[in-house]
Amino acid sequence: MEKTYYNPADLGKFGAIAEFQPTLAAKFFDYYGEVFKEGALTEREKALIALAVAHAVQCPYCIDAYTTGSLEKGADEAQMMEAIHVAAAIKGGAALVHGVQMMNKVKEVMM
Amino acid sequence: MKSLAAQNSPFADAGFQLEVLRQPLPQGTVFPAFGQRLLDHGLWPLKPSHISILQVNLGKMCNQVCKHCHVDAGPDRKEIMTRETMQLCLEVLAKTDIPVVDLTGGAPEMNPHFRWFVEEISKLGRQLLVRCNLTIILANPKYHDLPEFFRQHRVQVVSSLPYFTASRTDTQRGDGVFDKSIKALKMLNAVGYGHEDSGLTLDLVYNPAGAFLPGNQKALEGEFKRRLQQGYGITFNNLFAITNLPISRYLDYLISTGNYEPYMEKLVNAFNPAAAANVMCRHTLSVGWEGSLYDCDFNQMLDLPVEARAPRHLRDFNLEALSLRDIVVNQHCFGCTAGAGSSCGGETVA
Repeated sequence: MEKTYYNPADLGKFGAIAEFQPTLAAKFFDYYGEVFKEGALTEREKALIALAVAHAVQCPYCIDAYTTGSLEKGADEAQMMEAIHVAAAIKGGAALVHGVQMMNKVKEVMM
Repeated sequence: MKSLAAQNSPFADAGFQLEVLRQPLPQGTVFPAFGQRLLDHGLWPLKPSHISILQVNLGKMCNQVCKHCHVDAGPDRKEIMTRETMQLCLEVLAKTDIPVVDLTGGAPEMNPHFRWFVEEISKLGRQLLVRCNLTIILANPKYHDLPEFFRQHRVQVVSSLPYFTASRTDTQRGDGVFDKSIKALKMLNAVGYGHEDSGLTLDLVYNPAGAFLPGNQKALEGEFKRRLQQGYGITFNNLFAITNLPISRYLDYLISTGNYEPYMEKLVNAFNPAAAANVMCRHTLSVGWEGSLYDCDFNQMLDLPVEARAPRHLRDFNLEALSLRDIVVNQHCFGCTAGAGSSCGGETVA
């Protein structure tokens, strides 16, 4: 076992997940490739969404990949940071909106 | 900032650069040989298809010192083409039907014989490109009329603008370069450049300001057009997305920032046989400031002349013999074959 849970070199080995389950890996990577092609959204917009999600799920591999990916697709620094703020706002909002649930419960159990 | 040559940096030495590209990495990683990749795909030896562009480097003198410059150009570089060597270029053009002449540098406009050379090429009726760094137009009053001079000679202007924001442009090209570039673009637009129906072509060159590859050229062009129009009212024709090749200052940058291995790995992994089949050296011939012949401007900066069996100087120019030569390749060539390919005209694979 590695001494750390994350190794940057492992990002480049992502494709090796096929070693233990080739069929599902092939389906996943085909799907993955299709998702990031230009469609109703541009490749740049998709890279920025991926960057935001990477921060929300706190995946260091994804942050590494989609920081570079966003730069390659032509995103500027302000766009990248705004995308992360969107992720932060949704994460923060998701916590806070549960405050209503807490309030409902308080009102239920309090006199 | 001084050139690598003025700093006596080892990266100013072509042999040192080639050795860096050749040698295994400290942890033992060895990148595959570019020539072997060509061989694997039936492209070895690489041969010219037809020579349609004569790219003439008028010298290493430049008013800018860009961090990625493969020429190691700058104000402290004094190597520039003489009028006699330009005359040899004209003689070569006169006895061949090479349709396009591409003038580069340094800042080619700083060569004192630049305007005479452009006028003489114009008389020969060839399509003429000038790689203008934009800021030269504002560098000195004697250059302020360059847009009009270009218009008179129907020059296709090809200008570097690595990004549509000041911070990223200035990081690569120097403080204040973005603002000056915007002013120069407006001056070019004012005489008709970049407008669809003017017949005066203004193309921009995008190359990444860091250790990453360019994205899709068409998508980047759309974004550049939108941002330059909205922000500054600037129009242009085409965007050429160019990959930074790992030589000279960019190689120095990659090594000093720890980006060399991942960048080379990215280039090697992105090798595209279709891009390899379309590399610019198959239809371009590069001329050095002293009249020597090279397969491309990058080989020129690495002191890799055309193969010994071919004529190696303008004095001995023979189009037929040059058309039969084997093109000289090395590890830096992975930069032209990654992804959608890269050339002085941008992507090479549609």
